[in-house]
Amino acid sequence: MSDVLTLLLEGAKPCADHLANVLGKEKAEVEAELRRLEEDKSLLGWLPVFNPEKIEDGRVRAVIEVKISPEREGGFDRLAMRIARFEEVESCYLMSGGFDLLIFVTGKNLRKVAAFVSERLATIEGVLSTSTHFLLRPYKEQRHLLPDETEAVDKLAVSP
Amino acid sequence: MSLDHESFVASHVKDLPRSGIRDFFAVVSEMPQAISLGIGEPDFATPWHVREAAIFALEKGCTSYTDNRGLLRLRRAISKYVAGFFGPEYDPASEILATVGVSEAIDVALRAILNPGDKVLYHEPCYVSYAPSVTLALGVAIPVGTKPEDEFALDPAAFEAAWEPGCKALLLNFPTNPTGGTADREKLQRLARFAIDKNLLVISDEIYGELTYEGEHVGIASLPGMKERTLLLHGFSKAFAMTGFRIGYACGPAVLIEAMMKIHQYCMMCAPILSQEAAVEALVNGAEEVARMKEQYHRRRDFIVRRFNEIGLSCHSPRGSFYAFPSILSTGLSDTDFAHRLLRESEVAVVPGTAFGEHGSDHVRASFSTSYENLVEATDRIARFRDDILTEDSAAV
Repeated sequence: MSDVLTLLLEGAKPCADHLANVLGKEKAEVEAELRRLEEDKSLLGWLPVFNPEKIEDGRVRAVIEVKISPEREGGFDRLAMRIARFEEVESCYLMSGGFDLLIFVTGKNLRKVAAFVSERLATIEGVLSTSTHFLLRPYKEQRHLLPDETEAVDKLAVSP
Repeated sequence: MSLDHESFVASHVKDLPRSGIRDFFAVVSEMPQAISLGIGEPDFATPWHVREAAIFALEKGCTSYTDNRGLLRLRRAISKYVAGFFGPEYDPASEILATVGVSEAIDVALRAILNPGDKVLYHEPCYVSYAPSVTLALGVAIPVGTKPEDEFALDPAAFEAAWEPGCKALLLNFPTNPTGGTADREKLQRLARFAIDKNLLVISDEIYGELTYEGEHVGIASLPGMKERTLLLHGFSKAFAMTGFRIGYACGPAVLIEAMMKIHQYCMMCAPILSQEAAVEALVNGAEEVARMKEQYHRRRDFIVRRFNEIGLSCHSPRGSFYAFPSILSTGLSDTDFAHRLLRESEVAVVPGTAFGEHGSDHVRASFSTSYENLVEATDRIARFRDDILTEDSAAV
């Protein structure tokens, strides 16, 4: 794994200046590495990690278990991709176990998510059943504990 | 008439100087907004699986004393870990003592072996407690300087030159706090020959052993003829990020461990049981987390050393520990003035080198046990501070 990618995975800010400074590289070298990662699709994009409780826009998040019929050619792929393309779907995974797809959905409000499930998702031919779970409260978001506990630790400013 | 409390303080305690770090801490604590590179402990919290093991132990009702020597399960786990990492094998029944951190292990080791006036050779700059611990054990501490031009590595010739009649032990700490100096096999072999020749016991604090970035960590007890004359002291504070658990251990010949245990049982009884339970978990399942933290320290080290050299503060690359020890000679300031002015004028805390003994003069200790953001900002501020000092100097001329 490239050292740029390693640093990013540890939570470093995606700023070429900062990454170059920390790694002792030329900025151009880091930019080239980031470009390479994006071009070969190792790096798909950038998203900030928000504390959902601080973003009071009323958005609703849900996790949906979906059972679908596999097809003679392609198995689950065609249906999975058809579902994944919806704007409401943040992530979509093929799962082992009691259902086939696990999808993460966001909507402006509960009604919008309900409408997505009942009118779009459940009506697709090949979708056998759905089970929707609304997220109530986050405790950890992309490795960040909520609430942040680091402030609570009272460490000595200087120690031997 | 008011009581003269001073008259009750033992003279050898009265004569003991306060730690320079303590004085500096008092200044830093007035400036909570400062970026601190003065922290001598990991910035990582103890890995969750270890903390969770302590919680589980508490839930189970593990709230009692343990065997003075520590839980047998812990001593077995220590024995296995030490054999794997350091080399020598120790009998969990008689050759291992769990202690309240390595600090207690140093204290009881010195008290167990020293008669009043016995001399102990130790290298300096070093961790702040070594000389005071010798003094409190009624021994005489003899410093042996390590040199910047050697990157503060072990210098066996200096130990040989410093020897004098009455020397009973060597006190070692490689990798070293505050310099990051290490001891390679060849130098340790020469020191081992010296210890055997002069019939010296070696007390070796190897708390930073796992945090060795270049080459292998060689424990002196692993060399031929040295296990029988070495007390290996180790613990969980640094590599396992468990400073607050206060748990360490000593491995050595049964007679010496028994002597240490006698002191330990009267003054400490045993190490806290919850910390012992956490330590077992750390030894059995902690390797991956230790490797992850070490990798981060390694990259931060490369960054801070490069920055110090770019700034014009000559800095060797510490082969172990999580401290950089740059020279501040180019600023024309003493290490104490540098540290105090840097704190007041640029709000960055580093520790003056002389807090670790006179041989640490003209240097400061900068811990890289902090985030990249802090390291970047702190070193930028140090660069501006140095520029300002040089501008002042040229204006004065």
